[in-house]
Amino acid sequence: MPDTIPANMKPVHEKAECLYESYFRKGENPHQTHYCPGCGHGITLKLLAEAIDELGIRDRVIVVSPVGCSVFLYYYFDTGNVQVAHGRAPAAATGLKRSRPDAIVISYQGDGDLAAIGSAEILHAANRGEAITSIFVNNAIYGMTGGQMAPTTPLGNKTTTTPFGRAAHKDGYPIHISEVLSALDGPVYIERVALGNVKQILAAKRAIRKALENQVKGLGFSLVEVLSPCPTIWKMDPVEAQRHVREFMTTLYPLGVKCDRTAQAQPLPAPPPAPPLEEFPRLLRIPTEEAPVQRSGAMGEVDCRIKVAGFGGQGVLLLGQLIAEAGMDYGLEVSWLPSYGPEMRSGTSNCHVRLSTRAIDSPLVSKSHVLIALNEPSLRKFMPAVLPGGTVLYNGAEIPEDLRRNDVTVYALPFFEIADKEGAAKAGNIVALGALLEATRLLPAEVVDQAMARVIKSDKWLEIDRRALSRGMEAIRSMKTQPAKEPCHA
Amino acid sequence: MPRQLIKGNEALMKGAILGGCRAFYGYPITPANELTEAAAYYLPQVGGTFLQAESEVAAINMVFGAASAGIRAMTASSGPGISLMAEGISYLAGAELPCVIVNIMRGGPGLGNIAPEQSDYFQAVKGGGHGNYRCLVLAPATAQEMCDLARLAFELADRYRNPVMIVADGYTGQMMEPVDFYSTAAVDPPVPEWAVTGTAETRKNLITSIYLQPDELEAHVRKLAEKYRLAEQREARWENYRTEDADLVFVGYGIVSRVLKSVVEALREQGIRAGLLRPITLYPFPAAEIRRLAGQAAVFFTVEMSMGQMVEDVRLAVEGRRPVEFYGRCGGNVPSVEEIVQHVTQWIDGRAEQAVAEVMHHA
Ligand code: SF4
Repeated sequence: MPDTIPANMKPVHEKAECLYESYFRKGENPHQTHYCPGCGHGITLKLLAEAIDELGIRDRVIVVSPVGCSVFLYYYFDTGNVQVAHGRAPAAATGLKRSRPDAIVISYQGDGDLAAIGSAEILHAANRGEAITSIFVNNAIYGMTGGQMAPTTPLGNKTTTTPFGRAAHKDGYPIHISEVLSALDGPVYIERVALGNVKQILAAKRAIRKALENQVKGLGFSLVEVLSPCPTIWKMDPVEAQRHVREFMTTLYPLGVKCDRTAQAQPLPAPPPAPPLEEFPRLLRIPTEEAPVQRSGAMGEVDCRIKVAGFGGQGVLLLGQLIAEAGMDYGLEVSWLPSYGPEMRSGTSNCHVRLSTRAIDSPLVSKSHVLIALNEPSLRKFMPAVLPGGTVLYNGAEIPEDLRRNDVTVYALPFFEIADKEGAAKAGNIVALGALLEATRLLPAEVVDQAMARVIKSDKWLEIDRRALSRGMEAIRSMKTQPAKEPCHA
Repeated sequence: MPRQLIKGNEALMKGAILGGCRAFYGYPITPANELTEAAAYYLPQVGGTFLQAESEVAAINMVFGAASAGIRAMTASSGPGISLMAEGISYLAGAELPCVIVNIMRGGPGLGNIAPEQSDYFQAVKGGGHGNYRCLVLAPATAQEMCDLARLAFELADRYRNPVMIVADGYTGQMMEPVDFYSTAAVDPPVPEWAVTGTAETRKNLITSIYLQPDELEAHVRKLAEKYRLAEQREARWENYRTEDADLVFVGYGIVSRVLKSVVEALREQGIRAGLLRPITLYPFPAAEIRRLAGQAAVFFTVEMSMGQMVEDVRLAVEGRRPVEFYGRCGGNVPSVEEIVQHVTQWIDGRAEQAVAEVMHHA
């Protein structure tokens, strides 16, 4: 062709560069699109391609193809192409844009795709102000699947799934997507255009270009709704269909800018550069130094199963965690397993802790060497499962008569009252921890102190907890007659 | 090596980030929330992306977008949420996009409860979404493995250009154990050449799962099948525990495998030579190893926190050469050492009685 143009003449209209010369991905008939004659998709794509060319962004563009008649956008666009699931283009476009902020991500959807199955995705992408450009082709019918009702189908219209005409009381009203999305704070620009005549098509071109420009400037979400003919399913010839867009659709769906915040919108800040990989362990709060206190000398085999139980809010889980943390510092294998979820919400809480010189198989403690029961229901529930020779620490003045056992050592002490005397009733769990250390010699106090210093972030609370720990130890010392034994040293 | 006492879920997320994960899209659900929360806290600090999606459906499609752009992306959920993601997982597999999906399994079906179960085995291993595809499935049993397998998951996902699932029960996610992070340094994976990144070089690239012509689609599905065949040959992983001389071989994964180690010990004290085969990959299933053990063991006992799902794969592997018994609990009940021991010894006694009865009958 070019050699037929005289040297002194320039073509005034050419195919957009970002459209392929021939549609090699299409296979058969690579010179023909897959759209029906007179279909609005062809025009819309042409406008989009021209806008991409004019803005010089072809190498940055990623077109996200939807499901529906326009599923094969990648046949035509010489840009990056990603084809996605029905309705999910705004979500996939979000993943693309957030991963590649420099890319110009264009999400293209029909009315079934965007306004029905994908209504949640478009609503939330718009509301987040996702910096993508959305082209919404509204022909008020399902084209690809053969003419079923769309959310945008006018009332009274007969479709294959509204054979007696769309009825509001049964099928709902046509959705005005541009108006709905304009009610949100997220979008910067929403305009409805039509393909009813040349004038409307030129306005559509300007709107599409503006929506793309917004993205180039780094502004947020833009959407252009294109009222578009579907001659095949409407059972009209192309001229009639165009007239229908011009004379009927625009009365149901008024054209114009629905929201425009481009003047006041600020470009989104560029994401900060990624830190060097060597920084990752620090940023991920991974310890780089050994805990200073470690188990010294030979220690017998340890296999200690501990159950801690009480009301939610008594610090049951923290108490268990501190035992596990200290056990780890002491060079033992440890596990900590909480009760979680609604159990927590119902007001009771318990955790299973195991300390062992060997690798821990099951982290569940069904039978325990040590039970710390911070309330009576917990004592009732778990006392029967304490192994003979075990130790029970109970938050109370004495063990209820019916729960007494001769084969376990029991310490009944009001841990929370003791803590209260220290001016911190909440530290009752730490008093219990001190009591455990003194009663069993399971772990040295300095190892527990070190674990507390690591886990308890506030200096004020660390000081309170340190006092509470000593009070717990003293309380046992003052009541104990026999030397401490370690209930779980084999 | 310094160790950190850490929840399984958090260990998994830290392992994933060290392993190159730079994007996480998720929706809250118990008992997977620590993962999502850790992603929200750590990813922005290391130059990654976190976004709480409007639904699991959106989350997996955001993963689809990020994976298309050549980013190591992941999501995490629990059974009901994974059901919603099934559509997206099928598309990811169809479009050959690598990504990691974590399922911290809870009780089902339906809303079920939030207690630990293993009843999403079928969903993870046999499909869950539509079409001919497979996910590679890893099953950690400790917080350390939550960390280590997260890293492996991204390697496998890239190697096979396929979604990889990590399935753990609620306990493995919620449990705290010491984790040693220093076996691995952080990696920054290169952008794969097939990705669509919005540059001149990647302009020609296309991500799609649609093949309209029957022959084209068949060729594509055959290519996927060949990939899965290779993975089956190369990627099966398992742990043997005292199986060398075992007459009775337990098969169990995740938290159950840990209970079963105690069971093995308890039975050996009674003079029963028990052992454990723990699948680490649920797909590819360690079928060859089970077949090998079937040459030596007298009986297999599969224990699951489900009404019997993996047991079907054990039976397929054993090929009818040995009895494969099943014991399962569900609803959030973890079978205890005592109940499994009791169940197995009763079964053995029953067999002895049956043998005596058979002898009597013949006499
Ligand atoms: S069915 Fe309608 S929308 Fe689809 S290609 Fe044909 S004219 Fe276009």
